[in-house]
Amino acid sequence: MAQTSSPRSPTFVGPLTRRFRNLGLAGALIGVQVVGTVLFVLFIAAVPLIFLTVGLPLTVGVVYLTRYVCDAERFIFRRGFGVPIDRPYRPWPRGHLGKQLLVITKDVATWRDLAWRAVNTTLGLLVYTVYIGLFAGAVMALAQPFLWLGLPEVFDNYYGLFTYDSFGSGMLLGGAVALINLTAWWSGGDAMITGYSKLSGVLLRPTRSSVLEQRVERLAESRAETVDHSASELRRIERDLHDGAQARLVALGLNLGMAEEVLESDPDTAARLVSEARHTSTVALSEIRNLVRGIHPPVLADRGLVGAVEALALAHPVPVTVHAQLPGRPPHPVETAAYFAVAEALTNAAKYAHATQVSVRIEYFTNRLGVIVRDDGDGGAKTTPGGGLEGVAQRLDAFDGNLTVKSPNGGPTVIALEIPCVLEAPPPS
Amino acid sequence: MRRRIAAEWKVRLLRIVIAEDHALLADGLNRLLSAHDCEVVEIVDNGPRLGPALLQHRPDVAVIDVRLPPTYTDEGLRAAIDVREQLPGLPVLVLSQYVEQLYARELIRDRAGGMGYLLKDRVANVGEFLAALRRVAEGGTAMDPEVVTQLLGGQESKLDSLTPREREVLTLMAEGLSNAAIAAALYVTDKAVDKHSNNVFRKLGLTVSGDANRRVLAVLAYLDGQGP
Repeated sequence: MAQTSSPRSPTFVGPLTRRFRNLGLAGALIGVQVVGTVLFVLFIAAVPLIFLTVGLPLTVGVVYLTRYVCDAERFIFRRGFGVPIDRPYRPWPRGHLGKQLLVITKDVATWRDLAWRAVNTTLGLLVYTVYIGLFAGAVMALAQPFLWLGLPEVFDNYYGLFTYDSFGSGMLLGGAVALINLTAWWSGGDAMITGYSKLSGVLLRPTRSSVLEQRVERLAESRAETVDHSASELRRIERDLHDGAQARLVALGLNLGMAEEVLESDPDTAARLVSEARHTSTVALSEIRNLVRGIHPPVLADRGLVGAVEALALAHPVPVTVHAQLPGRPPHPVETAAYFAVAEALTNAAKYAHATQVSVRIEYFTNRLGVIVRDDGDGGAKTTPGGGLEGVAQRLDAFDGNLTVKSPNGGPTVIALEIPCVLEAPPPS
Repeated sequence: MRRRIAAEWKVRLLRIVIAEDHALLADGLNRLLSAHDCEVVEIVDNGPRLGPALLQHRPDVAVIDVRLPPTYTDEGLRAAIDVREQLPGLPVLVLSQYVEQLYARELIRDRAGGMGYLLKDRVANVGEFLAALRRVAEGGTAMDPEVVTQLLGGQESKLDSLTPREREVLTLMAEGLSNAAIAAALYVTDKAVDKHSNNVFRKLGLTVSGDANRRVLAVLAYLDGQGP
């Protein structure tokens, strides 16, 4: 709950402002509730008519709009009362109306929304109006004597219980009523409305099982992507080896075989063939080296993420500064994912953004590895489908990591990634 | 027998320690070196043994693979650097399946000369490999052309003012070749190389003493962005 604090009187002014704000929020909630009630009534009317032409679109439409109403209430409860409530909804189903109806009736969130509408229409409205009413009643009681002075015939009695015959007695009554009302409003009313806001969470938040279901779905998706990605990586490696190093080694064997044949009869040609074979072996080695570097750079295994990033920085055409604070080593797959992410970001900075300066920051906080790459280039970096950054994001997704790219046109570009992980303690040196 | 012949011909055998865990490669190196006026005094196949072996034998030059047991990371590199703290300038030629600018930088940090960092592939070119080995044994430097390419690549802007010929000379200087060797490699006269190298230093704003080793280290440091 955001406690507004004031330098003058922290114990009194803060709570006062909060309660006034609550009054406003209660008013807003009443407004939202009115819309919600209309929808609820429409729903009750529409359901029996489902099999007639108008009932189906009406029902589906009402449920759809009710989601927005509930979202508005979630927003007010979160921002106004500090009660965070997650949206429990899956994306709205596609297809024709009948199919949509079937899907949403199976979604428990729909029924909880409607139950909430019922609760809010009755209990909720009561809570809001009582809260506002207590305050308004106090104000009215204090104001009425003044109004009586102006219009004695209209404002001559207080709810039939008391007749105004003098300003003084009217003020006494007003004071007494105000005192009672305001005391009730201050403590009881406040407790009531904050209690109610917490209650709202019970129906408006997602059920535990739906939270788990959605998580399982996300994990299955991410795993499928990872498996896909690995399979295509392996295919690429096989292809590169086949077309590159393997082919060269075959050629090398050929050269040596031919050299063997003419070794005695034509030593000069043999010498030339052997020399070619040697050269081919160098090229094959170079290709294998590049392949290995694309899979798992040796320096990453030797020196860990920080050392490997420093090596990248050194070899980069643009000056790169590296600030790293890691009290240990992340697990190998996490290191690899982070390394290739940094490599991609650095390549983009040089190739596309024409940056003149890049900085890389590596940190570990609250069980997450954090890496930020910042360059002063032209910006405009995007995660386009099939692009390098998209591949990085997918790779991170497999570890529950995430990637954010802030790259307005004109720069600068900031690429930040986070991966939850546990660090190995470094060996005692 | 070889010693006696060598002594007769007054050719001093180069004493070598090899640190290589891959048996085939160690054997190949042994044969190659033994056939070219070298005496291999020990072949080490793990990191922990390397330091003591070097201290014990004090070879003319050590040929060390970066990757050794037990960790198979960069044991060889670290051992080389550590031993040079105790025996400054002990010539080491570090071989690796891949070269990293980061490791090159660590090796030249002590500025003591007598250091080489080559791709293992270079061993296949026997003439060049042996030349590099002798250069390192004499206190010079042998930097793999790949590393030099990486270093040069990071300094494009500073090297704009050089002519193509001057760049060639700079590259070979960074690899550790003497002026005479550069002249031979480029098929020009010594004087031409002198002229080019002076131009290079002037354009890059380097003032270097005449000592060839210091020159190489200065050039490498410059290319590495560390200043003279």
